[in-house]
Amino acid sequence: MVDAPANLPNYRYVSRKRRTKEDRRFVSGRGKFVADVEVPGMKHVAILPSPHARANIISIDTSAALALPGVHYVLTGDELGEATSSLFHGLDLPNVIWHPLAVGMTRYAGEWVAAVVADSRYIAEDAAELIEVEYESLPAAVDSEKMIDEDQPLVHPAHGTNVLFRKTWEWGPVADDFASMPNTVSYRARWGRSSTVPIETFGVVAKWDDVNEIMDVWASIQMPQYQDQIAAALRIPMNQVRVHNDVDVGGSYGVKRGIKHTVLVTYLTKKLGFPVRFIEDRLDNMSGGDAHGPDRIFDITMAFDDEGVIKSMKIRALDDVGAYPGRAPLQLGKPMTALCGPYRINSIEYEAISVTSNKTGQVPVRGFGQSPTNFAIETGLERVAKHLGLDRIEVRARNLVRKDEFPWKIPPGSIYDSGDFHAVLDGIIKTSNWDDLVARRDALRAKGRLAGVGIATCLEPGGGNNIFEFLFNPKLEITTFVESVLMKVEPTGAITAVMCTTTSGQGHETLVSTIAGEELERDPDTIRVLHGDSLEALPTRSPVASRMAIVLGTATSKAARDIKSKMITIAAHDLGVEKDQIEYADGEFTVRGNPASKLTWAEICHIAHKQFHRMPPGHELGLQAYAVQQVPGAGGLPDENNEVPLYPCFSFQAHVPLVEIDPDTGKVKVHDYFIGHDCGTAINPDIVRGMIIGGVAHGIGAALYEKFEYDADGQLLAGTFVDYLLPSAHEIPPVVDSEHCTPSPLTSLGQKGSGEGGYLGAPAAIASAVNDALAPFDIEINELPIRARDIEAALYEKTR
Amino acid sequence: MKQVEVTLNVNGKDTTLTIPPRMTLVDCLRDELRLTGTHVGCEHGICGACSVFLDDEPIRSCLMFAVQAAGHRITTVEGLLNEDGSLSDLQDSFWECHAMQCGYCTPGMLVASESLLAENPDPSEDDIREAISGNLCRCTGYQQIVEAVQMTAKRRREGAANG
Ligand code: FES
Ligand code: FES
Repeated sequence: MVDAPANLPNYRYVSRKRRTKEDRRFVSGRGKFVADVEVPGMKHVAILPSPHARANIISIDTSAALALPGVHYVLTGDELGEATSSLFHGLDLPNVIWHPLAVGMTRYAGEWVAAVVADSRYIAEDAAELIEVEYESLPAAVDSEKMIDEDQPLVHPAHGTNVLFRKTWEWGPVADDFASMPNTVSYRARWGRSSTVPIETFGVVAKWDDVNEIMDVWASIQMPQYQDQIAAALRIPMNQVRVHNDVDVGGSYGVKRGIKHTVLVTYLTKKLGFPVRFIEDRLDNMSGGDAHGPDRIFDITMAFDDEGVIKSMKIRALDDVGAYPGRAPLQLGKPMTALCGPYRINSIEYEAISVTSNKTGQVPVRGFGQSPTNFAIETGLERVAKHLGLDRIEVRARNLVRKDEFPWKIPPGSIYDSGDFHAVLDGIIKTSNWDDLVARRDALRAKGRLAGVGIATCLEPGGGNNIFEFLFNPKLEITTFVESVLMKVEPTGAITAVMCTTTSGQGHETLVSTIAGEELERDPDTIRVLHGDSLEALPTRSPVASRMAIVLGTATSKAARDIKSKMITIAAHDLGVEKDQIEYADGEFTVRGNPASKLTWAEICHIAHKQFHRMPPGHELGLQAYAVQQVPGAGGLPDENNEVPLYPCFSFQAHVPLVEIDPDTGKVKVHDYFIGHDCGTAINPDIVRGMIIGGVAHGIGAALYEKFEYDADGQLLAGTFVDYLLPSAHEIPPVVDSEHCTPSPLTSLGQKGSGEGGYLGAPAAIASAVNDALAPFDIEINELPIRARDIEAALYEKTR
Repeated sequence: MKQVEVTLNVNGKDTTLTIPPRMTLVDCLRDELRLTGTHVGCEHGICGACSVFLDDEPIRSCLMFAVQAAGHRITTVEGLLNEDGSLSDLQDSFWECHAMQCGYCTPGMLVASESLLAENPDPSEDDIREAISGNLCRCTGYQQIVEAVQMTAKRRREGAANG
């Protein structure tokens, strides 16, 4: 099912079909997930959530809970709020205070009000039910559109408004470009509140050791600056916090950011003197885990010529981040990285508005705001085609950046590194037999069914970069986004590499061992990769932002090349030649032109570790290297026009699905799915393919099924897997993945990001297909998810 | 809290435990027997992460009390390994096909797939999708899982043909 890229360089391990390092332990049932961590003497936490979307807490009576045998402690917000500092927000919001347990007021249904610690989770849950809370229920603020101009209940009264952020940027001559274009389309696109919803909920175990003054933390975490934030909240030095990064994380895709869970549990272990664990149950996770995704309304106008070439656009994005913003508002910033998609748009006006509401908090979700933005842009491409009566593919082809135009700078300042968008698009049109799909669509229609073919062409920015955050909060003047690796070769020649963060399915051990093996010409299967704990580890920003192949991969190449250079230096000295006379291949260091004069890998390792007398004078003993890798091309501040290069590497995807809709029920069936994809050099093709197809599945969920729906009173209507629908193997069709390879000039082996993968384009492609199916009825739905009932209602409206 | 004594047969071994009668089978397997290969995803019977065999039937161990499992044979992912501790052909095919990412759903997927293959040695793609449709995977989009089951079926058929 995978077409290998035609122009594959001659790598030995990279881009080759190879088994991963991680899978063996998972198929054996030997993964180590957080709930598998057993610390002797640990006690268990259960949470009492608020039943009200917005209420004052009048009193809390914990006596009955405390009286239950097996209960050790009941913690409430007043105590925790006193003892710990407010959790971190990305925006500068001094009056928006965030603690793990509600203090004085609850701000959403499901917010944690009290925590019980008991001998077992069962007893803790019993006790939580015995806590008596007196609330004064208040009206809730739930409609994001009303937050700006209308009088609404205040989520954070001290902040004075429910608007957290509002700013407009203009890049390029927007007014002139609009004036010069004969056509415009204006439209609204709406992205529903969904999330990544990993099958493993969040969990954390913490143990405070008061003799050694160290806080050990095991968590299901994927988050930059986790240890920094724990230390800040607890008001202890960072070197008293040790996060164990060797915990396997059971899926995250951005959301495993349980900082409030962690502050709660670390506070409890410090206070109580024994280890404490909290593992969310599914309802805790869905209603109170602060793990929802973007909830966004786009209002967009595009200006274009009669050929469908888009010159300028104005975007207004209104995002509802729920009750506690955290880093969520910055998800309006990252899409600036690819704000015009893969298209040659000359100027952009962008208004970003972030509002708070009485809903569960939002966290970073796969793509950090890019998938909603891609969907909104693609909706515009469909509109332009419709307006001019042009072919949808042709309109895209006319607007895509051409391959001879890279590096291509877009109005907000990002520089697209490389690509051949037209080749990928043409390729997938061929692979999918587009005309054949259209014929099948028409045949279905002739039988009285509704059917549609979709198209979307999207970018996946990779690499990370904080600097867009500076545009949202000048106090965040952060221009690094590093990842590091430490590598050493043992006296006997075995290689060990230490990475510095957790893994949640991305296969980093495979990534590091494959690249190290390629660089050093050693079998990756013999290379051990460890996850150093946060005290041992070098600087990291965690595996977010589709960045590990780019940044950790490049760091790995650098460390390996450094080690190779050291070995060559030792060989040259020992063989009595200059360094440049030594050639390395297949574990042997040979003097050029003199094949008999050589040293083996093992001999050099022995010299480096054991034979000072054979070492070059002044040369470091042992064989070790580390690399702390900055994001390529990043590091500057925005210029006076607010232009700044953001993420460095750009992967490209073209999606083509065929869908059929049951005219009676509105149920959508995705029959076929084709994706053309270019992420530069794929380190492990199976991993890339899995990410792409898994991302498509995730995107189909966001497009058709998944929504954290709230009623008008702020009650969550989807707190279980019965009402929040994750797609199963029934809903996901076979996906045909056609890979291209346009290497990035910025990374060690030309690799780019792929972890956000299909998710960044599938929602747009599915919406395109569904709307193609509905076009004969003159129905267009630009609000995701497009559920069966939405389609049924729209059809009923048209046909009654 | 009231405790009861129960003897469970897990992966061919009898163990007698003293547990609360309301303890679920999955909690008992994980926390009492420390067989942590079986996972918990929803505790309401939808995700399938907790799937184990009860005799020869795949069941959701989050929906059953441990005491109800007395008198039955329970098999978990740890019990799918060959007797010498090596990977079964199904486990090996999952590895070969990279039929996972985070690995959290994998034990449940292995149970669902093994159950299918026991009944149907030559399943179609639709049969496989049907058989694993009660197990949610958020990482893979299911395709490499389907391929791993197909590979196992083929290996078994070829193995049988070769005698
Ligand atoms: S945990 Fe048992 S079905 Fe989800
Ligand atoms: S591999 Fe992660 S949920 Fe299936």
